[in-house]
Amino acid sequence: MKRIIAKQEHCMGCGLCEVYCTTQHSKSKDIVKAYNREKPRPISRVRLEMSKPVSFAIQCRHCDDAPCAQACLTGAMHKDQETGLVTHNAEKCMGCWTCVMVCPYGAIKIDKEGHVVAKCDQCTELETPACVANCPNGALECIEVKR
Amino acid sequence: MPKYVIVGACAAGIGAVEAIREVDSKGEITVISEEQCSHYSRPMISDFVSGKADLAKMKTRDDQFWQKNNANILSGKKAVSLNIAEHFVALEDGNKVSYEKLLLATGGKPFVPKMEGQEKEGVYTFTNISDAELLAQKISSGTGKNAVVIGAGLIGISVTEALTKRDVKVTIVELQDKILSLLLDPKASDIVEAVVRKAGVNIVTGQSVQKITGKPGNEGSVGGVVLTKGDQIPCDMVIVAIGVIPRTELVTGTAIKTNRGVIVDDYMQTNVPDVYASGDVAEAYDFILNQNRLLPLWPLAVLEGKVAGYNMAGKKTDYAGGTNMSTLKYFGVPIVSIGSANPKPDPTLEIVIKEDVAKGVYKKIVLKDGIIVGMTFLGDIERAGILFYLMKKKVNVKKFKDALLADDFGLAALPLSLRRKMNLEE
Repeated sequence: MKRIIAKQEHCMGCGLCEVYCTTQHSKSKDIVKAYNREKPRPISRVRLEMSKPVSFAIQCRHCDDAPCAQACLTGAMHKDQETGLVTHNAEKCMGCWTCVMVCPYGAIKIDKEGHVVAKCDQCTELETPACVANCPNGALECIEVKR
Repeated sequence: MPKYVIVGACAAGIGAVEAIREVDSKGEITVISEEQCSHYSRPMISDFVSGKADLAKMKTRDDQFWQKNNANILSGKKAVSLNIAEHFVALEDGNKVSYEKLLLATGGKPFVPKMEGQEKEGVYTFTNISDAELLAQKISSGTGKNAVVIGAGLIGISVTEALTKRDVKVTIVELQDKILSLLLDPKASDIVEAVVRKAGVNIVTGQSVQKITGKPGNEGSVGGVVLTKGDQIPCDMVIVAIGVIPRTELVTGTAIKTNRGVIVDDYMQTNVPDVYASGDVAEAYDFILNQNRLLPLWPLAVLEGKVAGYNMAGKKTDYAGGTNMSTLKYFGVPIVSIGSANPKPDPTLEIVIKEDVAKGVYKKIVLKDGIIVGMTFLGDIERAGILFYLMKKKVNVKKFKDALLADDFGLAALPLSLRRKMNLEE
């Protein structure tokens, strides 16, 4: 399976990863429309972690033991044994926040308008996840990891 | 003969089936389920009543779950007794199900104290889909407009929110001085109470219901309640939401040891060989209190069921333990509360609190020797999981404790050594 790795020494804290993630997860796939017009406003699933001078971007780690999937009250969060990805079905999500409580990385975002959670799906529809592809300094890398 | 028999097809039963199949793809599994539809989410029943979710949405696994896992599900069958010497479970219909390894995942049942009038039409409990259906029907029929909810714990607050969304006027009656007193400290409780009251709910604390009265001219139906101090509240529904107690009926009279629930070891095994217990029926390990206790919580039931499943299938697995851990989503106030969030005064504990009234945020951590033993995050919960991780890993946070409660707290605020351990960055 693939995992996105953050390289702290390359991260400049520009936040473009969040911008491109938001856009990729918008309906229009257009930056301006995504930020200014779409309702509910799309949410970035990657988060720029910053405590100056340290910065790096983290999204769902797609953990092997996936505590979120184990704790999910509705079956919305699911560890796909074939791909290794942790998937989230917003249609089944009841917004109980149990996954938020058990995520060691605080990587699950709350979509306040939709009253559901949102998290990284590794942009499976793209060759390279949007955050990785658009990082201007190579601070994110998508690599194959052993499970 | 089935190799594995599981009594109960809710959270713990599902967890056990998945774990067994990870280890043993062939051994025959039989699951005995009292309910016709078993694999739905009980914590979601309030969303069923409010109309937000139907049964299809509530299913935690797809309908082919049992078939996919090659498990034989006996739906609508009730296990009535257990014969340990001969290794079988007797069903109500007279059939016997033999086992090599047995998991008791029978769950809990609502606790209903003796009250005069409790047999009247209009008195409900609230733990499973049948309860939710009855309650929803009552509201839809137009005969349920005013409710008294007894108990202001998780179940009481969840049903209150659902009723409020259906325009039912609710009065909560809670014996303790504060609502959600098992989860929250008085301050956090007050914040929630204000929000619940604002939604039009009446809250009476420090009292209980001593008597349920009938309707004038229709004594068989609920017409009101009389509280312990004598106050009367007219209503047409009473929902008893005091809590759940373990369903230990099956082990009564057997050699299986019980306290309040079935006693299990670190492998979720009872004192009787080949018999395991998990979920609301079992007293499993609490890593904060360092003792076994009842913790009737869905996510823990799944984990306990998994541990039992692994061990039943021969993969020796320790249960790491759970603790009192809950999230609340009701009345628009997100809350995460874990462990000893509301401890008795103790000079060895250090409490750090951060409150922002304007933002509706309240955060608290309880430390013992620098290690987090309890926490409440209210209003801003997205990063709460990081603290829960530190709590589980018993990380000494003394040097950065204040950062944990900061608005901008995140992974970058953790020491480098810890970030390395978490494999956060290259």
